[in-house]
Amino acid sequence: MPDSHNDAVPLLAARGLAMVRQGEPIFGPLDLELRAGEVLLIEGGNGSGKTTLLRVLAGLLGASEGRIERHGVESEDLTGPVGFLSHALGLRADLSPLEQLDFFACLYGLRPGISAMGALKSVGLEGFEHMPVRRLSAGQRKRCALAALLHTANTLWLLDEPYANLDRDGQILVDRLLEAHIARGGAALITSHGLIEPNVSRVRRMRMELADA
Amino acid sequence: MRKGSVLSAFLGVMRRDALSLWRRRADALNPIWFAAIVVTLFPLALGPEAAKLARIAGGVIWVIVLLASLLSLDALFRADLEEGSLDLMLTSAQPLAVLAAAKILLHWLATGLPLLAITPVAATALGLAPETLPTLLTSLALGTPIISVIGACAAALTAGLRRAGMLLSLIVLPLVVPVLIFGAGAVEAGLTGASTTQPMLFLAAGLVASVALGPLVCAAALRLGNH
Repeated sequence: MPDSHNDAVPLLAARGLAMVRQGEPIFGPLDLELRAGEVLLIEGGNGSGKTTLLRVLAGLLGASEGRIERHGVESEDLTGPVGFLSHALGLRADLSPLEQLDFFACLYGLRPGISAMGALKSVGLEGFEHMPVRRLSAGQRKRCALAALLHTANTLWLLDEPYANLDRDGQILVDRLLEAHIARGGAALITSHGLIEPNVSRVRRMRMELADA
Repeated sequence: MRKGSVLSAFLGVMRRDALSLWRRRADALNPIWFAAIVVTLFPLALGPEAAKLARIAGGVIWVIVLLASLLSLDALFRADLEEGSLDLMLTSAQPLAVLAAAKILLHWLATGLPLLAITPVAATALGLAPETLPTLLTSLALGTPIISVIGACAAALTAGLRRAGMLLSLIVLPLVVPVLIFGAGAVEAGLTGASTTQPMLFLAAGLVASVALGPLVCAAALRLGNH
């Protein structure tokens, strides 16, 4: 990993970011920086505001306080594309994994050098390419969503609990995807409730505590 | 066409929704069956007196088309919200209004257009004067896209609510009253031999305005609902 990545402007930065909903503090204020070539792991128990933080960073929710910068530029409404994985995976039940990947590619653009078939094969969905997602297991759906991340061109990934619902092989697969992603100069922010250790070369940790009322 | 361009995103949304509609084509045809059945109820309720039916046929068809279009609106954004693909559309940095426009166009193609296609049959069944049929079809062709646009905006607002179907109708129906007035008014004018130009121009103006502004309103409503 060339060190020049470290000196570069962070792909994603948050300063004094805080969320209050109906008078209840959800998280923060907190600061974070995510540079190319690293994984930032956000740890915290249930209800510590990890998912809300991710939605704010993805631009899906407005923060109550603070600001967010992408590539060093502060933006009111965050416009750059990000690879986003949440508990709702964004898959249409009637469509096959191959059709889902095509939809993702239409929205985000293709990553050069990997076909939809290749992406599905590398997440272990070979033989399920044409089966409606409705008939896949929870773990297989998660693998399908991971294949979509692999198939599309985003450099910034925001992944909510990427290890959830996966078997041991699946967790190794997530590690492998993250490792390859940061080796390409990408960056990923992932959340975890602390049971699974990501096995990736460059991980920084951040702990989220329950906000004080 | 390059994947990830605005055009490919527009077509991608259309293709995905068309595919899932096709896989559930029995559901997708429900509004059409509904319209066909309601048309047959009128002669049963009013008696088979041809002159009476022919007199009200234009207005009856307009109301039926309006109600049938509402049936498929409830599901328009629900799947996107529940499965999380609305999050994808929002994080993809594609203009949301363009993606909303794709969904509105598909709603019209899947509901408005088939309703338009069965209108000649319904008009014949109710005994509408054959020379008025072109007027009825033109008014529906101009009016049904407006219903799709207004309906999509309301569906975007109510997508996050459970069992919003009734609320959706209560929001949409008052808003589409002008469309109904000018649409049925054009048919009425055609029947009495008056000029249909004025109501048609109003419908055309409404169509232009809703196609231009509707997707923007729809996108704003979707953002609001996803918060």
